[in-house]
Amino acid sequence: MPRPNAGLLTRVAIAVAVIAILPWVVPSFLVFDLIYVAAYTIAILGLIILTGMNGQISLGHGAFMALGGYVVAVLAHSAGWPYWIGVPLAAIASGVAGLLIGLVALRLAGVYLALATFSLAVATPSFLKHYKSITGGFDGMSLQPVQAPAGVPLGGQQWLYYVAWAVAGVVFLLSALLVRGQFGRALRALRDNPIAAVSFGVNPYFYKTAAFGWSAVLAGIAGGFYAIPTAYVSPDTFTFALSITLLIGAVLGGISTFWGALVGGIVVEFLPLVAQQINAAAPGVVYGVALILVMMFLPDGIVGGLLRLTYRFRRAPPQPALESSTPSAAPVTVGPQSRE
Amino acid sequence: MPALLTVRNLTIRFGGITALNDVSFDVAEGHITGLIGPNGAGKTTCFNCITRLYQPTSGEVLFKGEDLLRCVPQQIAGKRIARTFQNVALFDHMSVLENALVGYHTRFPVGLAAWGAETAATREAMDVLDRLGLAGIANRPAHGLPFGLRKNVELARALMVRPELLLLDEPAAGLSHDEVTALGDTIKRIARDFSTTVLMVEHHMALVMRISDHIVVLASGKTLADGPPDAVRANPAVIEAYLGAV
Repeated sequence: MPRPNAGLLTRVAIAVAVIAILPWVVPSFLVFDLIYVAAYTIAILGLIILTGMNGQISLGHGAFMALGGYVVAVLAHSAGWPYWIGVPLAAIASGVAGLLIGLVALRLAGVYLALATFSLAVATPSFLKHYKSITGGFDGMSLQPVQAPAGVPLGGQQWLYYVAWAVAGVVFLLSALLVRGQFGRALRALRDNPIAAVSFGVNPYFYKTAAFGWSAVLAGIAGGFYAIPTAYVSPDTFTFALSITLLIGAVLGGISTFWGALVGGIVVEFLPLVAQQINAAAPGVVYGVALILVMMFLPDGIVGGLLRLTYRFRRAPPQPALESSTPSAAPVTVGPQSRE
Repeated sequence: MPALLTVRNLTIRFGGITALNDVSFDVAEGHITGLIGPNGAGKTTCFNCITRLYQPTSGEVLFKGEDLLRCVPQQIAGKRIARTFQNVALFDHMSVLENALVGYHTRFPVGLAAWGAETAATREAMDVLDRLGLAGIANRPAHGLPFGLRKNVELARALMVRPELLLLDEPAAGLSHDEVTALGDTIKRIARDFSTTVLMVEHHMALVMRISDHIVVLASGKTLADGPPDAVRANPAVIEAYLGAV
């Protein structure tokens, strides 16, 4: 198995150190935002594996986040179960749903898959409103705010921050281990050239479904951490716009590397806030213009742009991140071989 | 030599077009067999049936006596059958080494045995790349490589299957005269070093006649001739349909 290089370990160490220090140096309202960044980062990581590495476009990951968020909320609200049980169960529930959707997705590709998953995201709020005896309907459900365990000298919000980022670290590590070596190669081979991949023994049913399942597991966990900070969930927490936001985050951050998830999480959380400050009357316009500019000048995302900048600075080829040689463009699909 | 691969009465229709019509031939173990014919004869279609990318309308494809038509496409490499493609089909955003390693996919152990397998696979892949003169570009992405190198990467990936049967689809297409000469030597060396049987679709007659032990000629989806190179070269029907003055 390939070993992580020294540069990668240094970058990881810096990221961990910054994340550890932040709650002590930023205002408390920013700690709240940074918990959301953790949730977005986990969900976007799932999209990077599914879309960036495997070429399956999902516009419905907000639905998996909703499932995760509601599993945590229903278990806490109705059964009084603690969050530390709810979040793993949310991951399992979402993962099972992802596997099932992944089986359906085997018959779809490209824009057809995107539209099918988008319909999932559109239907989810209506579904949540309909089954009000379980979900609380329009009114949603209130939850208990998080408290730090006895003896831990942290506020509830700070405690949640560290838990969320610790979980993010664990899922990053697990994902990195998963996609390195044979499994990751199979995912990328199916993305680059499905016919050649199948001809060399890669089972598309297994790998594509597994990718969908794992990305849904991550979305389910993210949904849990999306619901807990406000101690409240409602159908409006998980609108279809959330699914679009996740894809925007993956593309802006850089869909070719795991670091894109972290950068994408930061961008989708803070870009709307910055846009609001720049022009309170039309934040959507500022947000849109920013998106267009990034796509024009950084087509492979912010991380891709930084890598190119590093290349120019060092006059050396850019180093791949956790996984290597993933494309920044749309997946390549090769049709059936010509007959003669 | 016993037949490693037997194609019997293979027929495939696409709508109203019969691409293969009752085609039969054997590929002897240890031989290099050339599959030739004019454009549209059904050569690549035949490859696609053997590797299960196409579902034949009728017929049999037996590999060591086992009916390959009972297999799904992703099982074929596990039978130690590997192929190259007429239009080079690499994983463009992966490195040359990673492309080769995909060829190891079916040999990758499962469970605890997988521990350390990546190192062994990489070592073997580097050995194969070295034999084909690709070790120096192992970490370069496949896209952007010159056409000749891309063909060699495809060959390396196929060899990582450790194939008992290697299907080469127009390996000489797009190569220069010198490259074709070298390719012939490479194919013969591969067949010997890897103890593999080769079935090769090719239009380059000089290459086919030089390295093949046996030749099957297809024309309009039917078997036109089948025999050693000298007999095929002298066959009037083959000359009329395809060869002309070779």
